[in-house]
Amino acid sequence: MIGYILFGLVALVAIVSAVGMLLSTNAIHAALFLVINLICIALFYLGLNAPFLAMVQITVYAGAIMVLFLFVIMLLGAEQVTLKSQLKWQAPLAIVLAVVMIAATFLLFFNVQASGGLSPLAPISEDPRQTETFGSPYAVGEVLFGAYLLPFEMTGVLLLVAMIGAIILTRNEAGGMRDEQRAASNE
Amino acid sequence: MQLPILESINLMAVLPVLIIAGWACVLLVFDLLIPRSRKHWTAWLALVGLLGAAVALFFQIGHFARLGSEAAFDGMVTVDGFSIFLQVVFVLTAIVGVLLALDYLPRHGIERGEYYVLLLFTTIGMMIMSMAADLIVVFVALELLSIPLYILSGFAGMRETSEEAALKYFLLGAFASSFLVYGIALTYGGTGTTRLTGIAQAVTSDALNLPLTTVGMGLLLVGLGFKVAAVPFHMWTPDVYQGAPTPVTAFMSVGAKAGGFAALIRVLVTAFPAIASEWGTLIAVIAGLTMLLGNIVAISQSNIKRMLAYSSIAHAGYILLAVAAAQRSENASFAIGAVVFYLLAYALTNLGAFTVAIAVERDDGTGTEIDDFAGLGKTRPWMALAMALFMLSLTGMPISGGLVGKVFVFQAALQAVPGDPLLLAVVIIGVLTSVVSAFYYLKVIMVMYMREGEGKAVLPLALKTVLAATAFGTLVLGIIPGPVFQMAQRAMLK
Amino acid sequence: MFEQYYPIAVLVLLATVLSIIVVFLSRIMGPRRPTPKKSAPYESGMSPIGPAVRRLPIKFYLVAVLFILFDIEVIFLLPYATLVRELGVYGLIATGIFVFILTIGLVYEWKKGALDWE
Repeated sequence: MIGYILFGLVALVAIVSAVGMLLSTNAIHAALFLVINLICIALFYLGLNAPFLAMVQITVYAGAIMVLFLFVIMLLGAEQVTLKSQLKWQAPLAIVLAVVMIAATFLLFFNVQASGGLSPLAPISEDPRQTETFGSPYAVGEVLFGAYLLPFEMTGVLLLVAMIGAIILTRNEAGGMRDEQRAASNE
Repeated sequence: MQLPILESINLMAVLPVLIIAGWACVLLVFDLLIPRSRKHWTAWLALVGLLGAAVALFFQIGHFARLGSEAAFDGMVTVDGFSIFLQVVFVLTAIVGVLLALDYLPRHGIERGEYYVLLLFTTIGMMIMSMAADLIVVFVALELLSIPLYILSGFAGMRETSEEAALKYFLLGAFASSFLVYGIALTYGGTGTTRLTGIAQAVTSDALNLPLTTVGMGLLLVGLGFKVAAVPFHMWTPDVYQGAPTPVTAFMSVGAKAGGFAALIRVLVTAFPAIASEWGTLIAVIAGLTMLLGNIVAISQSNIKRMLAYSSIAHAGYILLAVAAAQRSENASFAIGAVVFYLLAYALTNLGAFTVAIAVERDDGTGTEIDDFAGLGKTRPWMALAMALFMLSLTGMPISGGLVGKVFVFQAALQAVPGDPLLLAVVIIGVLTSVVSAFYYLKVIMVMYMREGEGKAVLPLALKTVLAATAFGTLVLGIIPGPVFQMAQRAMLK
Repeated sequence: MFEQYYPIAVLVLLATVLSIIVVFLSRIMGPRRPTPKKSAPYESGMSPIGPAVRRLPIKFYLVAVLFILFDIEVIFLLPYATLVRELGVYGLIATGIFVFILTIGLVYEWKKGALDWE
């Protein structure tokens, strides 16, 4: 029972922070709302017996990636964003489409519920021994080094590519002229 | 715990990928030692690595002919005829990508060794994409394909158009990837597995979770539709193709598209045969829209890169038509053969067309208007002739690979009409838009031969080689398509 | 749902309450003789006059990105650490390749001077 109340509280905070992030016009406030939202998601992971994922969520997303967000905001000096869009029809259209999609999803699930409900998939909750180890670093490692070896190694390559990209895009070494420089030298 | 044993990892099956991956890592360190004025050494070394992979692929074809397809990494990837055929296309495209950049980069003052390293990395992504047998592999391979391309589009970072291209491509690409991930999550939620064959089993045996899986399939379609530039997920294409350095545009117009189609076919045909009529109808509608929009908007373009961007959208439509035809299991193998044949013909023709665009482009990134082609018929008769051939092939005129590709695609679609009458309408749209496309392709030929102009072009040896090879390939596919199509027919999924 | 984490929740709660109490206690009990120098946010830091947020050089961003990439590498090493005995030589090779790929990245950025501040 307490578990459900806690879940409800965390869910409420998650939704409110997400809406706050969307509506705040100050980019730094939006980023801070996002931190709260990410922490709520980490709590969901905990509730779903995935402590490793929760820890990753906190260290990588709520920690490192948020620092990057704040850096970018400061880098651009773009704390204040104007919510006025050039395309006036875009916002209403987006809202209508979102409502249609939510309605369609709900309809789908209620249809399923009426015809017997979603069939349970991995029955992890029935075996307490499995529940405890599911989502632990140990269990994640077993999958990572077992079946998912190839994606694991590919992730290493992906990180390497990201490193190269970060360095290439921040340092101009080849010596080509920027558009402004070329314009200046032509005059 | 159960550890995978060496036989189930089966490194030999993915040898070409391993060669390129290892070589790319070595090259990255080598490049640090090469002085700045000698960066073409990196290019030649990259070519050596790609040729090594080509040799390995050659042996793999023989191996495949004797023993058939095999799995690697515990069934994470499947090396079958489909993936081998496409791997050949990817390696050839990468070789052309290196050759096109050889003179372009120093001419434009953007020569850096990382270009070639990133090119190798994105090629690995494409190759793994073509053999993916698991949704997680599809996702990681898609990112490995995309991220180097985002960086490469911004490679001329000092040009504002290139910056714009990189930013747009990256933001929209990341957005599309999130759709893909959400689709994977819902599919996993509905079936309890990410293995494509496992999903197929779960979909047929367990009808209760079908709605969830269907929504997941739809979201997967959005993510992959973005990669192949299908309407309505095509918005990024013109700006990115125009802004990116032209060799990068040439490479990604072929490679990223073929990679996206490889994943699309693998996922749809292997994992979702049970809901084939649903995705078949969806793809057919998208194909019709894509052909209409791509061809009609292309007419009003005056920039060659932009025109080829819309043309690439249009061609995605034709290929999607064959993908839609793969919904009927009886003619799935013919339809898939048509797709890979079309991809090969499109690759050769499009790479050739972009080679000409590179030759005409001036050092500061201008000279990409169609008007800049004026007079080429007199000053550069051979190049103009090759360009005329490419334009005819893109239109689908006789003696070119483009025509044969289109015929196979339409034939595949007509075979599937009994299962899905909608396809007939889409085939009619396809034929009509092919006629429309003649307007803008023939305009280029007309400008080259009929209009007076300077007709200036820089055509170093590397570009000449590419031009000759692609023109030859386009002709061979057009005149004697039989042998290649037979190979394409063997390019079945396992 | 969260049963096994209640001790952690209690810990977080205690830490929050305690820090609030400490702040208030020093407010109430400590002597307060403010001077302009003392009430500056950073007594010996940069001058806080001017716009609160100024544009940062791109160098900060580069360092942050490189930090995140190695952060993710460490995340992947954690499951390996819990499994190191069971995995044996196989795990050593698998992780070795992963770390090797990223070490190439380290060599690359080192040589490119991305780690030098000036």
